[in-house]
Amino acid sequence: MNKLITVEEAADMIHDGMSIMFGGFLGVRNPFKLVDAIIDKGVKDITLIANDTSFSEVGIGKLIVNKQVKKVIASHIGTNKETGNQMNAGEMEVELVPQGTLAERIRAAGAGLGGVLTPTGLGTVVAEGKDVVEVDGKQFLLEKPLKADVALIVGAKVDTKGNIRYKKSTRNFNPIMATAANLVIVEADEIVEAGELDPDDIMTPGIFVDYIVLGGDK
Amino acid sequence: MDANMEKEYIAKRVAKELKDGDVVNLGIGLPTMVANYIPEGIEITLQSENGFLGMGPATAKGEEDPYLVNAGGAHVTINPGGVFFDSAESFLIIRGGHVDTTVLGALEVDEKGNLANWMVPGKMVPGMGGAMDLVTGAKKVIVAMNHTAKGSHKILKECTLPLTAVNAVDLIVTEMGVMEVTKEGLVLTEINPEFTVEQVQTATGATLTVSENLKAIEV
Repeated sequence: MNKLITVEEAADMIHDGMSIMFGGFLGVRNPFKLVDAIIDKGVKDITLIANDTSFSEVGIGKLIVNKQVKKVIASHIGTNKETGNQMNAGEMEVELVPQGTLAERIRAAGAGLGGVLTPTGLGTVVAEGKDVVEVDGKQFLLEKPLKADVALIVGAKVDTKGNIRYKKSTRNFNPIMATAANLVIVEADEIVEAGELDPDDIMTPGIFVDYIVLGGDK
Repeated sequence: MDANMEKEYIAKRVAKELKDGDVVNLGIGLPTMVANYIPEGIEITLQSENGFLGMGPATAKGEEDPYLVNAGGAHVTINPGGVFFDSAESFLIIRGGHVDTTVLGALEVDEKGNLANWMVPGKMVPGMGGAMDLVTGAKKVIVAMNHTAKGSHKILKECTLPLTAVNAVDLIVTEMGVMEVTKEGLVLTEINPEFTVEQVQTATGATLTVSENLKAIEV
């Protein structure tokens, strides 16, 4: 199966109203080329799931500025003023999720779990409307799995089977997002032949990845 | 003391809480300064929420690595023996009690150890990032901050802002003193000799119990 496609072919699969997970952390290694393709295509009403909404000029931050996002699910929005502005103006919905809970909700979806029990958020606004479950005398919040239509992730070195190796602090949410979406596209800094990555060094198995696009040093 | 000296003083005092071998997460701002004052002979491992252990100092200008930032997005280095991982493992470390100490700032903290440091309704809603996980999961939670916000109380009987976590704070370190959070409320254990107990109490919105062994802060 040939997983290599162009950025334009990837953009053809992304439509108005989709929920999309984006790898990256504060704009460091968002899938920059795929984001630009979504901007060029003018995809609207996106539910954006990411750690944060980056900066207004960088990566996924530009989708917010461009008003292509209907709802944000993230742990932090403070670095992109436009997110707060649109939230306060009632133009965009924002669901703030503790970073660890965000990671575990995505992981739960990818792992086929019905949710996770965590003490994080107990006694805070995060607990509003959620079930509290007692286990062995301790209280936990039930946090439900989080899935998406699409995950757009980034890898430093990706082989033609979609096996991914990340680099340094850019691993972040990418490996778990790869498991929790119906369609997974990885933007690779470098694409190599299958067999060139040592199986011991692969961090995301290629079975999670549907398509590969070549990114770059943008 | 000017504002910078106060921050340094607080950071130096917090650094003395750290033990050899501790895994430590430092918040942005003043808490980050704690790394500059680790006592000699003490080796700690800094954890960064975005996915690594063994965080080193900030990168020199011009030598930034586009693949390596800390949880505040600042370019940093990784020490020999450091290790990268993904967000799920990073928060397994944080939530599973594998971080010995976390140091962070506060907008408000109260005598029950409740902490508010992530939003001011209608004004500032940046999001909690990893703060809720850190204060819930770390074995020891130290709040490092100025004692008041330009004179208005930050240490209270009860927090008024939306909470980050309930009963989470163990120790409060300010430029005026060191306070332990106990079941009986706040206990002043150390004091900056530039202040009297009365001055510290006046600057505090909760009743302080003065420890029988009250000491002067040494930094």
